Amino acid sequence: MEIIYILISISFLLALSFLAAFIWSVKSGQQNDLVTPAMRILMEDSKPISEKINFKYESRNDTIRKV
Amino acid sequence: MKVETIQLEKFSYDNKIVRNFAVATIIWGIVGMLVGVIIATQLFEPAANITQYGSFGRIRPLHTNAVIFAFVGNAIFAGVYYSLQRLLKARIFSGFLSKFHFWGWQTIIVLAAITLPLGITTSKEYAELEWPIDLLITLVWVAFGINMFGTIVKRRERHLYVAIWFYIATFITVAVLHLVNSFELPISFFKSYMVYAGVQDALVQWWYGHNAVAFFLTTPYLGMMYYFLPKMANRPVYSYRLSILHFWALIFIYIWAGPHHLLYSTLPDWAQSLGVVFSIMLIAPSWGGMINGLLTLRGAWDQVRENTILKFMVVALTGYGLATFEGPMLSLKNINAIAHFTDWVVAHVHVGALAWNGFMTFAILYWLIPRMFNTSIFSEKLVKIHFWIGTVGIAFYAIPMYISGFTQGMMWKQFTPEGTLQYGNFLDTTLQLIPMHQMRALGGTLYLIGAIIMGYNLFKTMFQGHLTENEAVEAAPLQNLEEQEVKALHWHSWLERRPFQLLVASLIAILIGSLVELIPTFMVKSNVPTISSVQPYTPLELEGRDIYIREGCVSCHSQLVRPFRSETERYGEFSKSGEYVYDHPFLWGSKRTGPDLQREGGKYPHSWHFNHMMDPSSMSPGSIMPSYPWLFEQNLNTSKTQDKISAMKTLGVPYDAYQIKNAVKELNTQAREIQAKLAEEKIKISPDKEIIAVIAYLQRLGTDIKKDQ
Repeated sequence: MEIIYILISISFLLALSFLAAFIWSVKSGQQNDLVTPAMRILMEDSKPISEKINFKYESRNDTIRKV
Repeated sequence: MKVETIQLEKFSYDNKIVRNFAVATIIWGIVGMLVGVIIATQLFEPAANITQYGSFGRIRPLHTNAVIFAFVGNAIFAGVYYSLQRLLKARIFSGFLSKFHFWGWQTIIVLAAITLPLGITTSKEYAELEWPIDLLITLVWVAFGINMFGTIVKRRERHLYVAIWFYIATFITVAVLHLVNSFELPISFFKSYMVYAGVQDALVQWWYGHNAVAFFLTTPYLGMMYYFLPKMANRPVYSYRLSILHFWALIFIYIWAGPHHLLYSTLPDWAQSLGVVFSIMLIAPSWGGMINGLLTLRGAWDQVRENTILKFMVVALTGYGLATFEGPMLSLKNINAIAHFTDWVVAHVHVGALAWNGFMTFAILYWLIPRMFNTSIFSEKLVKIHFWIGTVGIAFYAIPMYISGFTQGMMWKQFTPEGTLQYGNFLDTTLQLIPMHQMRALGGTLYLIGAIIMGYNLFKTMFQGHLTENEAVEAAPLQNLEEQEVKALHWHSWLERRPFQLLVASLIAILIGSLVELIPTFMVKSNVPTISSVQPYTPLELEGRDIYIREGCVSCHSQLVRPFRSETERYGEFSKSGEYVYDHPFLWGSKRTGPDLQREGGKYPHSWHFNHMMDPSSMSPGSIMPSYPWLFEQNLNTSKTQDKISAMKTLGVPYDAYQIKNAVKELNTQAREIQAKLAEEKIKISPDKEIIAVIAYLQRLGTDIKKDQ
């Protein structure tokens, strides 16, 4: 049953790589916001360019102004 | 006054590649389901086995490969390519790789459709394709990976939505599974032997097989569910937090559950128990996904009443919930003892396949295609008809198969008050199931009709609309110093700046390296027979075994006697792991449409096998086994016999130089012996026909262990 040691090592390495990915995702802030991502995907629909609204970000008074 | 302007970048989404995969999904789906209906018919009407290229054993893998890798595979790629671009606000990384991915995948499917009916197969379930195709699969999968990770790197949205995590896990795990389960030693362009043997091969196979279900049929579909369901219902997923939680739990637990396919086998008990424990645990993350999906529709059930696409999704999620409840239950040893090898397992996988994969695919196609073609669906009414005919089809498929599985499992175990088997003739149990198999074929046909209606409806939709090949969009780039620098840097520098990604990448590299080094060494050393009387196959038996593999006998006949009184009474001594050390690949099977063959050797005279293979109903009236007339016409090809024996020696089977040199001579001698024995029973046949090799193999099966007694 030598293969079982190989399979367990592979599965373990795979789990370890998942763990690494998990730690990365937490450290890099991927999991900080667990509410808005669900909303965001509903607002990404592309419209024809002409209908698009361009936003300009003004650093002085933090207002968003329609151009 | 200083005004900072964020320049919106103009780019476009590639819809053409999504359309291509979607069209392939429709076409291969119909083909795969059609083959399914044909093999379902063969199980009650043996006359439906037309020529050797259409016999059950050869086209059953065609059905499974077509629906899993062609239908579901193309659907995954369509769904991933559509959602990935939008979730990341970036065009797919490389148009060339997309094309290579698409055409490469279709080539693999066509090659499968050619080689499997020809009997070119490794016989390992869901990994039947021979080594050159395995190499092509690896290339195409890598292209898919580069395309996906490339898109992730150049994304304009920092947060990786949960669907993308599911896609990443899918890519990595399927890559590892495919590599480990494809360790084959080629003999010729069309033939190879597995490096693993017997119980070791069985474990690798079901580690692969189970995770193929997990990471090809489940995780990518969960990812797509998290993108498309909120879009379809136009409401956010019930709990994003739950989606993250159940994702990580699911992928950590799934990889350990494989051994539940080998309960009561010769696999060590502790490994079986490990598989059971993790399988039971799986119910939590699986139901996490199902509940999250269904609750997304909370307060929107009025929409479900109106919207057929959402109806498809509800059935898909319900099917997922049923199948993932049943899976852990089937992993319990006491339930597995009844269900294993019966139609129960077939019912289980089809609830998952028809409802979860099939219905979600249909929903996504109905949602995607009108959107990409700037039109509405050709006929809303046909969508409704499809939904109802498909749902009834699933019921007609699953319910008879549950009854059939339970019936057969119980009949196998039934003893009379005197203590003998109530149904000592296996055929009694087979005949009992025929009405159930007829209903199943009807259910499958209804489901297929639904898919054909969908094909018509969607192609009409495509013709009435116009595809936006490149959908123009604008989005702000990632505003981050680091990210801006990265653009100018080499990809490797990007990796180096991310220690964890680097760790993952190096792990994968180490993994592949050590596998290539370790596996062959380990496997050759491990072929030390633990039962002294177990000997390698003779050249003729080995050739016979290869015909057994070619004809797909393993689809219906197991070679594993479980340690139950009901099985030892029926078949003989239960199986020992030491008996399988020379079996490259293992042939335990997963379904007993016919009886187990592990102790077949010596049970009947040569003439019985001869007549039975020519016309099974002559020996077993009412048998549903197809006849194999071509084995009596075709000459055994011995041009590769020597290479085969020599390859087996490389894999650790103790043949000596003399045996390799005289392989064909030895083969001919044994063939003439069998011919002489048949002649004694008044059967005339030339010794160079394939049937002689098959008889040699069948008569050898499971006999070595008896020599000890």
